[in-house]
Amino acid sequence: MMLDTCDFKTQYVLHLADDALVLGQRLSGWCGHGPILEQDIAISNISLDLIGLARQYYQYAAELIGGDTTEDSLAYFRESREFYNHLIVEQPNGDWGDTMSRQFYFDTFHFFQLQHLTRSEDLRLREIATKALKETTYHAQFSAEWIIRLGDGTKESRKRVQKSITHHFPYALEFFETTEFDKQAHDLNLGPDVRELKDKWIEKVREVLNIATLDDINSDAVAKKGGKRGIHSEEHGLILAEMQSVARSYPDAKW
Amino acid sequence: MKNETSKPWPLWEVFVRSKNGLAHKHAGSLHASDQEMALKNARDVYTRRSEGVSIWVVLSSSVIASSPDDKEPLFAPSDDKAYRHPTFYDIPDDVGHM
Repeated sequence: MMLDTCDFKTQYVLHLADDALVLGQRLSGWCGHGPILEQDIAISNISLDLIGLARQYYQYAAELIGGDTTEDSLAYFRESREFYNHLIVEQPNGDWGDTMSRQFYFDTFHFFQLQHLTRSEDLRLREIATKALKETTYHAQFSAEWIIRLGDGTKESRKRVQKSITHHFPYALEFFETTEFDKQAHDLNLGPDVRELKDKWIEKVREVLNIATLDDINSDAVAKKGGKRGIHSEEHGLILAEMQSVARSYPDAKW
Repeated sequence: MKNETSKPWPLWEVFVRSKNGLAHKHAGSLHASDQEMALKNARDVYTRRSEGVSIWVVLSSSVIASSPDDKEPLFAPSDDKAYRHPTFYDIPDDVGHM
């Protein structure tokens, strides 16, 4: 399933699916470890929303690929090199501020991306995006409120969330790096020209950072990229190892 | 910068309206640091299976409760006043929630 063996549309759907799956898997790591019970439930809900979204994309991708490909074979039997998620979603959970800054950057991008996908030429993507946009609107409010709460919180929370926000920013810039499948998807009116989402994204991020009394973004930052081309960090292999181990040990297992 | 000492988040009471036309009903309580978080937490804890169309949250400390010791003077006098209940009328099915 390397990039060159499936068409651009399938690659694009897989890219959308992989973001949702990897971040959903990451967030599921908080289940049972949330700072308090209510936050544990909240973050696990968001994780489930994302995994549910990933399933819809994978089911569609499996139909596009045909044969005996299924949502499970796409999630559990591809190698790290065959995942096209952004690097930011595979970054470790760290502390709550790390998780919220990763989430805030992603949710804000995801919101604008889905908004565009609800106008896609492709009916299936339109349907998936329409449902996901409602969930993501909530996710984006949730993570933005946390950035404000931590930034404008105590001395310690401000210091820590500032560090996370600064650290994740170059990863977030990968959102606006165009790959071949982005270009094709845009030419076919399937999805947005990601470069055009950048201004809106920056504006929203700035607005929230400002309310949170955090430092303005670093406009000289250079994007950390590779994820969308299948070149991932070491972390990615560890995520897959954990996520895929049961399916790979018992390939025909049924619930 | 707010108070640096760590103290437990306040308790909130959650009321959920299950559908339009019905009253908000007490669903339970939860912890949250502020009112926005209380609403979001209430949404996640008490409406994840489509239980609601509207949520109220109230600081538990703002609730004034009757004392269990006052149970007799407050509630016992109505026990023998059955005529206060509208049980002597037939209510048409169309009336719905009464």
